[in-house]
Amino acid sequence: MKLDRSALASRHQKLAWALLAPTLIVFLIVAAYPLVRTFAVSLTDARLAGLSEAGFVGLANYRELAGDRGFREALLNTVGFTLISVSLELGLGFALALLLHQKFRGRGWLRAVALVPWALPTVVAARLWSFMLVDTYGVINDLLVTRLGLFDEKIAWLSRPGWAMASVIAADAWKTTPFAALLILAGLQLIPEELHEAARVDGAGPLQRLRWIIFPAVLPAVLVALIFRTLDAIRVFDVVWVMTGGALGTEVLATFNYRQMIAFQRFGYGSTVSVAIFVLVAVFLVIYARLFRLGEES
Amino acid sequence: MSTSSVTIFARTFILTLAVTGLFFVAACGDPGSENGSDGDQSVTLRVAVDPVAKAREINEILAAEFTERTGIGVEFVIGPSSADERLTQYLQFLGARSSDLDVYQIDVTWPGMLAPHFVDLGSAFEAETAEHLGELVENNTVGGRLVAMPWFADAGMLYVRTDLLNAYGYENAPRTWNELERMAETIQAGERAKGNADFWGFVWQGRAYEGLTCNALEWQVSHGGGNFAQRDGRVAVDNDATQRAMERARDWIGTISPPGVTSYQEEEARVLFQNGNAAFMRNWPYAYPLAQAEDSSVRNRFTIAPLPHEEGPSAATLGGWQLAVSAYSEHRNEAMELVRALTSAAAQQRRFIQAGLIPTRPAVLQAPEVGEAVPYAGQLSEVLATAVARPSTATGDRYNEVSTAYFSAVHGVLTGNREADEALGDLETKLKAILGR
Repeated sequence: MKLDRSALASRHQKLAWALLAPTLIVFLIVAAYPLVRTFAVSLTDARLAGLSEAGFVGLANYRELAGDRGFREALLNTVGFTLISVSLELGLGFALALLLHQKFRGRGWLRAVALVPWALPTVVAARLWSFMLVDTYGVINDLLVTRLGLFDEKIAWLSRPGWAMASVIAADAWKTTPFAALLILAGLQLIPEELHEAARVDGAGPLQRLRWIIFPAVLPAVLVALIFRTLDAIRVFDVVWVMTGGALGTEVLATFNYRQMIAFQRFGYGSTVSVAIFVLVAVFLVIYARLFRLGEES
Repeated sequence: MSTSSVTIFARTFILTLAVTGLFFVAACGDPGSENGSDGDQSVTLRVAVDPVAKAREINEILAAEFTERTGIGVEFVIGPSSADERLTQYLQFLGARSSDLDVYQIDVTWPGMLAPHFVDLGSAFEAETAEHLGELVENNTVGGRLVAMPWFADAGMLYVRTDLLNAYGYENAPRTWNELERMAETIQAGERAKGNADFWGFVWQGRAYEGLTCNALEWQVSHGGGNFAQRDGRVAVDNDATQRAMERARDWIGTISPPGVTSYQEEEARVLFQNGNAAFMRNWPYAYPLAQAEDSSVRNRFTIAPLPHEEGPSAATLGGWQLAVSAYSEHRNEAMELVRALTSAAAQQRRFIQAGLIPTRPAVLQAPEVGEAVPYAGQLSEVLATAVARPSTATGDRYNEVSTAYFSAVHGVLTGNREADEALGDLETKLKAILGR
């Protein structure tokens, strides 16, 4: 008996490896190799126009990065952006999912429309927002100031430090909330209706049902959305670059990276920044992996 | 009975590998045929250009005529629309010493950076260089070598609402910055009193990007501050003239320029002007045909003029594109002949009349038949006479760092985050550090 089972298992394992091997090879070529190469280049003083003449400088780039005030600012801005933006997206996404889960006429149509921001290319959405936020003729000021009278004067959204970041976050949240909503909606739809009925029979109100039935059931979906959105937010580029170019306190790691590596042509130093971003993403992933595992065990 | 595990492994592995391999081959596609690889005599030059639609037609016509005359084929290779992306692409080709492209269309700020990869056109084009804008020829000369021939130009200029000038009793476009401020204030107050609360006197590009470098350079030079970096490595920003210039611009914001101007690029300013809500605009020539279009609120109600000045001369930051011959091209002489044909007076005249691409030869702009075909050619000529190039050739591949430091400092002053004297002092130190590295 034992012999048979291990023979079957080992055949399955070999089959699994056989099927996975090409993918692993592709992964090594496409992901692992560039990663290693980036790290190698970060130890040189390579410039974009003359990559072959790069010289080894050891950890000098990392020392420079540690003292680079621009990098520190970008790091802080990125972490701040990630925390606020992801919280907003998950919160609004959850609310939107709850809404789309209800039965009402036109629900199918509304679900489709809700996806439009996500379907738009990020650059297009960012440009759209930029024009909407123009102080003199943008629709946002037209609505808030001219028609609703909420403010006395037209606000120059993208010209003031705090407002600029808020605008960028708003545009990003507008674009990605549908994504979170969709993931959470999938989780909501998996909850059997009998569970709700049973709870109602037992006298549970909507808030209690939310707390004891809905939250635990959608937690896996929320965690998936959380991980995806966090990783995306750490690497945000398009929205910032198009709306502000990184000015007025909106410089993030990806824009800082692009500026160093491509605009300034400092390929070696830029690779150092890339490695730093990789480390930051890895740190977040480890934290989330711990959280995820904890959730499963309970 | 059952096949051995090794056979299953091998079969499955090879099958999956084959499928993956097929996918890759399909995705990579056909890289295209090489020049003359089939061994025939004819030469085909490959020219890397930008994808601007209006240029494509006239380019094809000129190329066809060239081929007919010389028997040399011409193929235009269209690049991505973003100049940054094209630069990255060129760097890859040139870095690999590729002979795939013979002629490159390069931006006015790239000669300093790409000079080693291009052929010296100085001796072959000795006769022609005198006929082009001196500032451009100098910009394209790196270490005594002329690395590119000027193809078409761009320059910052002042758009003026002539109908408003008349309504408020002004005869001519403002010649000094003080004049512009007075006129803008008066017109703005008047228009707002009539009920247009969104009217502003003067719009420009104040966002923290390369366009701000262009605007600020114009202010600095026109106040007598000179260029912010010179060929001999000198840096000049920490002086009275520059400080006056930056403070003057800062004081426009909220008075004659909207507070949001520090987030405007070219399009934001153009839309404001084209909607009729600005008396003056600083922008590039591309806005002219758009503002003159059928659906524009300011059609036939504006003109262009050189930007105002103070202690120094009027200044118009130069933009535009040049043609360079690759040092790795296998057909250098043929490529040079093509460049000669495309930058000739006749070609530039036709490109101007048909596609609005501004000639780099002053004589072409001043020709009577050109003035008849394009009414604002004369004013363009005046503007080009005040042209000033950004110090990209002087700073080589450090230009982007220099420009970023410059526009960041200026932006800090404009938004009120920093005092002008402090910002400029720090900027001078930083520029010296960048250029010294």
